[in-house]
This record gives sequence, structure tokens and C-alpha cells, in this order.
Amino acid sequence: MRNYLRTVITVVWKDIVGEARNKEILTSMLVFSLLVILIFNFALDLDVQAQESVTAGVIWVTFTFAGTLGVNRSMASEREGGCLDGLLLVPVDRSALYVGKALGNLLFLLVIEVIILPIYSVLFNVNMLVPGFLLVVLLGSIGYIAVGTLLAAMSVQARTRDILLPILLFPLTIPILIPAVKASIGYLEGYPGSWIMTWLNVIIVYDLIFTAIAVMLFEYVVEEWS
Amino acid sequence: MEEKPRFLSLLDGITGILFLAAVLLVFFYAPLERSMGAVQKVFYFHVSTAWVGMLGFFVSALMGGMYILSRKKIWDMIGFSSVEISFIFFFIAIVSGSIWARPIWNTWWTWDPRLTTAAVVELIYGAYFLLRQAIDEPQQKARFSAVYAIFGFLSVPLTFVSIRMLRTIHPVVIGAGDPTGGGGFSMTGPMQVTFFFSLFTFSVLFVDVLWHRIRLEKLESMMNKLRLELTS
Repeated sequence: MRNYLRTVITVVWKDIVGEARNKEILTSMLVFSLLVILIFNFALDLDVQAQESVTAGVIWVTFTFAGTLGVNRSMASEREGGCLDGLLLVPVDRSALYVGKALGNLLFLLVIEVIILPIYSVLFNVNMLVPGFLLVVLLGSIGYIAVGTLLAAMSVQARTRDILLPILLFPLTIPILIPAVKASIGYLEGYPGSWIMTWLNVIIVYDLIFTAIAVMLFEYVVEEWS
Repeated sequence: MEEKPRFLSLLDGITGILFLAAVLLVFFYAPLERSMGAVQKVFYFHVSTAWVGMLGFFVSALMGGMYILSRKKIWDMIGFSSVEISFIFFFIAIVSGSIWARPIWNTWWTWDPRLTTAAVVELIYGAYFLLRQAIDEPQQKARFSAVYAIFGFLSVPLTFVSIRMLRTIHPVVIGAGDPTGGGGFSMTGPMQVTFFFSLFTFSVLFVDVLWHRIRLEKLESMMNKLRLELTS
């Protein structure tokens, strides 16, 4: 067990150090998110009235797109650098590698979210620092990254790697996007707690089921890593 | 050259007869629904094709699990073949549903939970084909499809639940307490007979087509092997 934890921490630490050196993932995710928000601003004409109904949607679309970008990049660099090759030779449980990669990806996405939410609040004059809403963002991101990390490990090994990930990932994450958007609207607009809870429950169930399966199936995705 | 199995030919015949009988039942035995009229008859094949679709997707997830555990190529073949068949059947279900929805709901499509879930399911398995296409190495292809088939099938109920929490207008015919509104109805005896007979017919049809598809896959790999031997 301690060995397992140490592997997880090592993988996360490796990702953080790598990111601190070249800042590739975070900068591209951040700029991309800002661009998406900018485009939405023009496309949806985000005035005060429109904002209320679409804020949650815009935020979640931004996070999903940025998440795909980050997850894809972090797996692609494993492949280019041959780092995972080395890690796979180490006699540790492979699921520990998955948990490490997923935590690293989650961390990057959370960093982006922490930066984007205040910016969005200032730009469009909405208060986003509602504790419940932040909880939804956290839970939604967990499920999204859990599935995304596993699918990215598959898609980077395929021929059409960059375009394949969103195609694989988006239809599978619809059950987390719908409740995440709904629960976000609930918190931002102050809907009753019981209404929000039903949506939160779906997110939690998704997180539990898909994290568990991803942990179990990861080793079949990376055997004979190419 | 592998001969076509006798039983497969027999099954072809049985399927043909069953299908003919199902069509006859739908048009001549099942009574006309009181308020919807003839268009309601699409229901029998609509539900049956949707059922075959879900059955095949379930089979593919099951075969995915079997492949991962045993690494036998045959499980991958069955899994892929059933996705291919189910993809088509599910598409037929969506189209036939649209044909029914036009006069009853006055629209070809609404974003109702079942309809939306059906669309998402088609997208998931469309992605499944793209995934297979993008990988050359056969074992890797089989492993990845197995993993994706398991993920895909498990996400379907959650998709359905989350979309269902938005309002639904799709009629619930089976196990419904109050089949009113949105074109719901309760089945009379002959309707039930026709309905279950159609379900049975399409299940047999699925097995028959699946068998053919697996045989085709086997013949294809045999042909590739022979071609390699000839050229080397």
C-alpha cells in the first residue's frame, strides 16, 4: 500500500516538475479557455439577460474543451519522451500509474478552473464564488478527467491520435456534463437544495463507477505500449 | 474452404419464415389502434429493432470482458460483429421512430430522453468504429475495442437517467401505470401477441445475421492468410 502511494506521488510529482519546466500544458489550456470564452461572448452575445441562463453552459463547455487539450497533451508527451515506457518496466501496480496520471491531469484542470472562474466573474459580473458551485466543478472535473485520462492513453497510441480523443470522450461524458450544468445552474441561481441534490447524486455515481472501471482497465490499455 | 454450416442454412430459413409471419401479424392480425390508426403499426418493429440494438451493444460489452480475460480472438470478432449489426438496427429504430413521431408529435425529432440517449448511443458506437479504424495492430485493436465497449455500454444507463430527469414525452407502453398523453396506449391481446412475436423474430434475426457476420470475418482472415502465403 505504501509502495502504491509512493508510485502515485512520484508520477504526479514528475508531471508537476515537467510542467514547471516547460509550462506547455497550463499555458495552452489557459489561453485556449480564454479564447473559448471570448468566442462565446461574441457568438451568444452575452448580455446581462443571456448570462443568467447560459453561464453554467459556457463554463462547462470551456472546461471540457480545455480538459481534452490538457489530457491529450500530457499523454502525448509521455509517448514522445518515452517516459511511460520506463515506468511500465518498474515492477509496480499499473493502476498506480493511472491514478498518478489522472491526479496530475486533475491538478492541471483545477489550476485552470481556479484562474478562469474569477476572470469570468469579473468579465461578466456574475458571482461564481458560491461554495456549492465550486463543489460541482470539482466533482465534475474528477469524473471527466478519470475517463479522459484512460481514453487519452488509448488515443495517443492510435494513428489519428489528436482528433480521436474528443470523439471518444465527448459521448461518454455526456452523463456528467448534463448534471454538472444543471447543478451549476442550481447553485448559481439559488434553486432549492433537494433539486440540486438529485443532479449531484448522478455526478457522484458517475465519478465512482467510472473511476473504478478506469483503474481496473488501465493495465489492458498500456500493455505493449507503442 | 470452410463449408457453410447446415444449421446456419436452417436458421436462415427459419428467420425468413418468422419474419414473414411477423409482417403478416402486424398488418392483418394486430387491430388498428383507436386514435393513432395505421401509423401505430410501426411500433412493433420499432421496439424490436431498438431491442436488437441494445442486445448487440450488451453482447459487445460482454465480449469485451471475455476478450480481456481470455485473449481469444473469437470474442473480439463476436463483439465487433454485434456492434456493427446493432448500429444499423438502432439506426432503423431511430428512423422508424421518427416516421411515427411526425404524425403523432407533429415533429420528426424532439430532445426527449429516449431520443437523445439513442442519438448519444449511436455516437458512442460511431466512435467505436473510428477507434478500430485508427489502430493497425490486431491485438491492440481488440484490447482497445473491448475497453471502449465496456465503457460505452456502462455509460448508456447513466446518460438515460440524467436526460430523463429533464421532461419526457416518449410514451411508456410496457410497465406504464398511466399510458396517456404523448401518444401512449395500452395493448390489447392480439397486439401483445404481435409485439412479443416481433421481439422474438428480431432476436432470431440478430443471431442469424451475427452468425453470418462472424463467418465472414473468419473467411476474410483466412483469405488474408492465403494471400500472404501466395505472395511470400
